[in-house]
Amino acid sequence: MKKFKQLAWLFAVVAFGLFGQQSCKPKGGSSGVGADAAAKAYVAPGTYDEFYNFVSGGFSGQMSVYGLPSGRLFRVIPVFSVDAEKGWGYSEESKPMLNTSHGFVPWDDLHHVALSVTKGEHDGRWAFGNANNTPRIARVDLQTFRTAEIIEIPNSAGNHSSPFITENSEYVVAGTRFSVPIGDNTDVPINTYKENFKGTVSFIGVDPTSGEMNLSFQILAPGINFDLARAGKGKSAGWFFFSCYNSEKANTLLEVNASQKDKDFIMAVNWKKAEEYAKAGKGMKKKVRYAHNKFNESTHTATSVIKEEVLVLDPKDCPDMVYFMPCPKSPHGCDTDPTGEYIVGSGKLAAVIPVFSFTKIQEAIAAKNFDGEYDGIPVLKYDAVLHGEVQKPGLGPLHTEFDGKGNAYTSFFVSSEIVKWNIQELKVLDRVPTYYSIGHLCVPGGPTSKPHGKYVVAYNKITKDRYLPTGPELTQSAQIYDISGEKMKLILDFPTIGEPHYAEAIPASLVMPKSKKIYKLEENKHPYAALGEGKAKVERKGKEVHVYMSSIRSHFTPDNIEGVKLGDVVYFHVTNLEQDWDVPHGFAVKGANNAELLILPGETQTLVWKPEKTGVYPMYCTDFCSALHQEMQGYIRVSPAGSNVPLTFSTGTNLPTDNK
Amino acid sequence: MPSSDRRPCLAVLILLIMANKLSVVSRVLVAFASGALVAVFFLPVWRIDLFAPQYPEGLMMNIWINGLSGDVEIINGLNHYIGMKHISVEMFPEFIFLPYVVGFYILLGMIIAIVGNRKLLFYYLILTVIGGALALYDFYQWGYKYGHELDPKAAIQVPGFSYQPPVFGHKRLLNFDAYSFPDIGGWIVIAAAGLAFGVWYFEWRNPKKQIK
Repeated sequence: MKKFKQLAWLFAVVAFGLFGQQSCKPKGGSSGVGADAAAKAYVAPGTYDEFYNFVSGGFSGQMSVYGLPSGRLFRVIPVFSVDAEKGWGYSEESKPMLNTSHGFVPWDDLHHVALSVTKGEHDGRWAFGNANNTPRIARVDLQTFRTAEIIEIPNSAGNHSSPFITENSEYVVAGTRFSVPIGDNTDVPINTYKENFKGTVSFIGVDPTSGEMNLSFQILAPGINFDLARAGKGKSAGWFFFSCYNSEKANTLLEVNASQKDKDFIMAVNWKKAEEYAKAGKGMKKKVRYAHNKFNESTHTATSVIKEEVLVLDPKDCPDMVYFMPCPKSPHGCDTDPTGEYIVGSGKLAAVIPVFSFTKIQEAIAAKNFDGEYDGIPVLKYDAVLHGEVQKPGLGPLHTEFDGKGNAYTSFFVSSEIVKWNIQELKVLDRVPTYYSIGHLCVPGGPTSKPHGKYVVAYNKITKDRYLPTGPELTQSAQIYDISGEKMKLILDFPTIGEPHYAEAIPASLVMPKSKKIYKLEENKHPYAALGEGKAKVERKGKEVHVYMSSIRSHFTPDNIEGVKLGDVVYFHVTNLEQDWDVPHGFAVKGANNAELLILPGETQTLVWKPEKTGVYPMYCTDFCSALHQEMQGYIRVSPAGSNVPLTFSTGTNLPTDNK
Repeated sequence: MPSSDRRPCLAVLILLIMANKLSVVSRVLVAFASGALVAVFFLPVWRIDLFAPQYPEGLMMNIWINGLSGDVEIINGLNHYIGMKHISVEMFPEFIFLPYVVGFYILLGMIIAIVGNRKLLFYYLILTVIGGALALYDFYQWGYKYGHELDPKAAIQVPGFSYQPPVFGHKRLLNFDAYSFPDIGGWIVIAAAGLAFGVWYFEWRNPKKQIK
């Protein structure tokens, strides 16, 4: 009996050892959702979301539009990447939008969104987005939800620090992430970085009525990396703050070599002063090449112009324009609070969050409280400009948004959480996990003078097990948290396209009433428009065949075309004659080497087609337009090069000869 | 081949066998326990599990008596940010001699089972405890060096922070929860030692119930 007891004890120990360890592992991420979460994120069928959420598409190059709090995807606006679905970059009208000084560039990486503001508050007019790879800024018109303008940024490489916006949308900025050789001789050894590489921050003026962009001036900066930026607000409205890393000026293995200094910088720019210098002719005009592309709403056609000059301001010639503030370590986010008094730096390798005071910055500048210079630019004393540091906030702080109630919300990539803290007292109030490894975050109106609060959205970098798996490549994962109470509460997970970086959310009431429903036919000034079926025709101009085609439910005019010969280039100029909401027509022709067209009511779009073989080719409407959508089709005949088939076109009359 | 040299040895052996003779059941159990150690040639001895918010599925490293397996390269990839050394088999000279040490223990256990002497079993147990303690100390030493000797050029440097993994149990290392426990092979070793200890304890408390 005793022996049995002893053996039983022994086995118990072994059993605990083998299986007991399993219970030590942490729980999964599905916990922590309150019972009322569903009701908070639920937008009943047929009702609207409270906010539009404009989300950058990252390496998709596009901008997506979601509803909050439902997380429903409404639209993917093609911006920097071709989109075959919408004919963007494939139609003759949209191709010039993707033109650059490097020629046609069909892709880019859109990282940040900036919504236009008036007096620091959202005005619902435009959304700006940056191209990170081939430096550009795009302006999306929020009446049409289409890209209206794209401007290339010269003397820049990696337009990351962009397109942040000033308080009255006077300027959007473009700071270069990569410093590069600038000037006449750019063919230099890479390891002469310290001598030859320079950074720039560009100020792109925005016309207050039309929104049209214009590269107003560039500020020449030391050869460091510009990461993110924010304009001041209120008292600090005349200033712009840029976070910078790689003050080590490393040109290789930056993950180590650009992480050596305890502090890098936030560059404070007095842009009002810069504007004065620019007007006073203090800048130098430099020869450059950059494309400026505009979409004309009345011709439905984009034009691309290459410009060849930029005004560059050198801080050496422009005193009191640029200052550096030391910021612990490799700052990423650089965010100004709604009052404009506080600037939050987020050193992604730092153990604290430093908060700078605009008042103290002004005092330090007045008192010349400098800690030496960096490349000739005065460096302000860290302690002199610091409001304070948030201690032990989390690991890997990246970005900060605000709720307008004195609180800040900072995202932490490494510890995968959002931390709420009080700006005045620098005290951590709450923290919630994100799934997983959050990058940017968004509070509706968070970067403006009047945040709308209510929610904070986490845009994460890692998805893993959040949704049903789809092979190695997964969607991106976002979460919405209710921030109306003291504690942040997770209410919804939703998948996002591309890889979202920054996003902004704006009350639907500021955008929805202005949303365009159709393009008016009487305003259509497209040179190849067929404004009525009677205007439809086919014209030959040498080797070019221009088809002035109309589409209306449920036929094309013309839908029988003959007389096209091998070697011809056929232009299908399709005008959608519908004037009714939500009746787009599509157009596709067999063997086309580009894409389809998607033509909105009242619009004219052109597809180029180069037939390679003789025969009869079908063409049809791709967007299900009506009950007889499937009948909306036609033929185009291609004859040999020397053929004498006459050029004819018709709809409904090209009947079999015995019927005539 | 009779030899006079072997006579004293034999005499000692016989003497030992006569005194403190273990029961047949006990001897079989001791043989079984030491034989079970063979398992560690085929099974990992120790495991380190790491969980972080972005690693909900966890990362695992298995330690064998002669090598490593699991997500070692992923762990190395993460640890280079904080300047930890690259974990590799070459880092551990132990992997060369550990198989011999275990072989020695198996052989010794078998001899004791054959000889069937309780005192010898007791010394064997002492030796096992010493061996285990040395192994843990060695493991601690490695962990200390691994967690403290950081590359001064590392990207992420948290002042005053070191990343020594736990010898046994749980420890929080930045965003990671680290768990260090015996793996299946290790548990077999512990169970075998426990069994051998149980046999000795039983024999020690019940000396009169010996079966001839």
